[in-house]
Amino acid sequence: MEQSNKTYAVEADQLVKAFGKERAVDGISLKVPKGIVYGFLGPNGAGKTTMIRMLATLLKPTEGHAKVMGYDLAKEADDVRQSISLTGQFASVDEELSGRENLIFIGRLVGFTRKEAKSRADELLAAFNLQDAAKRQVKKYSGGMRRRIDIAASIVTSPELLFLDEPTTGLDPRSRNEVWDIVRALVKNGTTVFLTTQYLEEADQLADLIGVIDRGVLIAEGTSAELKSSIGVRSLIIEFEDEQDLSKAESIFEGMFTQPPEVDRDHLSISVTMKDQSKAAKAIGELANQQIAVKDFSMQQPSLDDVFLTITGKPAQEEGGEANGE
Amino acid sequence: MENNSLEKSITLEKRPSKASPMNAALTFAWRALLRIRYVPEQLFDVTVFPIIFLLMFTYLFGGAISGSTGEYLDFVLPGILVMTVAMITMYTGLDLNKDIEKGVFDRFRSLPIWQPSVLVGALLVDVVRYSLAATIMVTLGYILGFRAEAGFSGIVLAVLVILFFAFSLSWVWTMLGIVVRSEKALMAISMMLLFPLTFLSSVFVDPTTMPNWLQYFVDINPITFVVDASRGLIHGYDVSSELMIITYISVGLIAVFGTLTMYFFRNKN
Repeated sequence: MEQSNKTYAVEADQLVKAFGKERAVDGISLKVPKGIVYGFLGPNGAGKTTMIRMLATLLKPTEGHAKVMGYDLAKEADDVRQSISLTGQFASVDEELSGRENLIFIGRLVGFTRKEAKSRADELLAAFNLQDAAKRQVKKYSGGMRRRIDIAASIVTSPELLFLDEPTTGLDPRSRNEVWDIVRALVKNGTTVFLTTQYLEEADQLADLIGVIDRGVLIAEGTSAELKSSIGVRSLIIEFEDEQDLSKAESIFEGMFTQPPEVDRDHLSISVTMKDQSKAAKAIGELANQQIAVKDFSMQQPSLDDVFLTITGKPAQEEGGEANGE
Repeated sequence: MENNSLEKSITLEKRPSKASPMNAALTFAWRALLRIRYVPEQLFDVTVFPIIFLLMFTYLFGGAISGSTGEYLDFVLPGILVMTVAMITMYTGLDLNKDIEKGVFDRFRSLPIWQPSVLVGALLVDVVRYSLAATIMVTLGYILGFRAEAGFSGIVLAVLVILFFAFSLSWVWTMLGIVVRSEKALMAISMMLLFPLTFLSSVFVDPTTMPNWLQYFVDINPITFVVDASRGLIHGYDVSSELMIITYISVGLIAVFGTLTMYFFRNKN
């Protein structure tokens, strides 16, 4: 493979997609190194799906250009398709057919002989724990099984780059963890994964590099740690045994932190935000020095809303149903 | 999750070489056949429809139009054959539209396959469905007393002409299936086009009984040419000029709507 000496799976240069007057993607440039998970993080309607659809050759960019696995998106679409797979947000297999039939169908389409397609289908069904449901119509699958067969269908050919559009939206925690395991296994074996998500936790768990998108614009990019430290707002939450301790702690923290502490008298808890994590230890230590009993404490990760609040000064924009189908 | 088998399945060394266009189209055809196996009701349109049409029109209009149902059957069967097949061509577009709406179309378009195979495969299966409808109608016709003066070969030729025309007409619906946003709207548009096309033709009655302005439309209606050609082939009279015109129309339909279909297919938003 002569392509493998090139470093980037995706190189996008000022990509724009306009639908009429609305610019769903408004000039995004990004570079995704091979062999990593790139997490595209943003709220509904931010332009994540549009971006993925452009990179997967489904939509023609209005402006700008991009290379996917080294091939020009506009001029070498066939070569791009040969190296990628897309698992869309909605049905990406035929719901009327059984899981096995779907995999054989895709296998035949990508060039396996009938025999090869069948053995590949059985191999994938076993790997994705779907043997028992192999002969059932996909429309009768549960949400988690559904996602697994979607992904299985995408890796029939072992793509070099896999696009996953919101792979865990609507899944229960167990199914979500299964999908995460699959993504980790894929990357371990050399596949590059480009996924979109609305959840900071998911990006945090999976992605080596995170791009934050809002209203068609890439507003931040970096590793999870970089993003968090740039956002800074981690919260320390402390619970107390009684009101007296709570009030004492409040006055101590007022002097320690730039932001005034938030006090919740009903739950006897106090919450302070900080940029520097080491301050949390100092704060707890100070309480101990003053003989204030701490019932419980926890550090809270910044949420997607915190990310947006910090970067844009506004909460994540929820545009709801209309923008969903973009 | 058994991680060993998962990782083993991912580290696939050999990647298949691209499927040939023919294989890709046949695979899509295989899928369409599988779908029929799961939902056999979808064959109603090619089995029950033709039977109802044939019985209904023969016994409803036969006496009034030709004096006897037997004579009318000989006249109307080639017409209803064309009408039924023309009507069921629209399901091609509806199926395509459903694939697009559900999202599975996106996967097909992102696969390294000869892109038109998605459509060609579906149309291949449709030709099978049209043949089924034609066989059922001719068989029922024979039971009811229909006789082809040109014999069996005349019927076969007529059916081939009808299949060719239906294949060409299907491209109109594939184009609409891609462009029109909802299934309901697509259904409405298809009906709006198909009803005048099939009824305002020589399917049911001799056009010379119609007012002049209507005759004008009926005479340029492609369905009229196909009906007249089928009648001629079945009852043994010369229809070479009709066949010529049908060839022009069909090739024109494929050239225009096939091209438009592929254009919208590639540039779908």
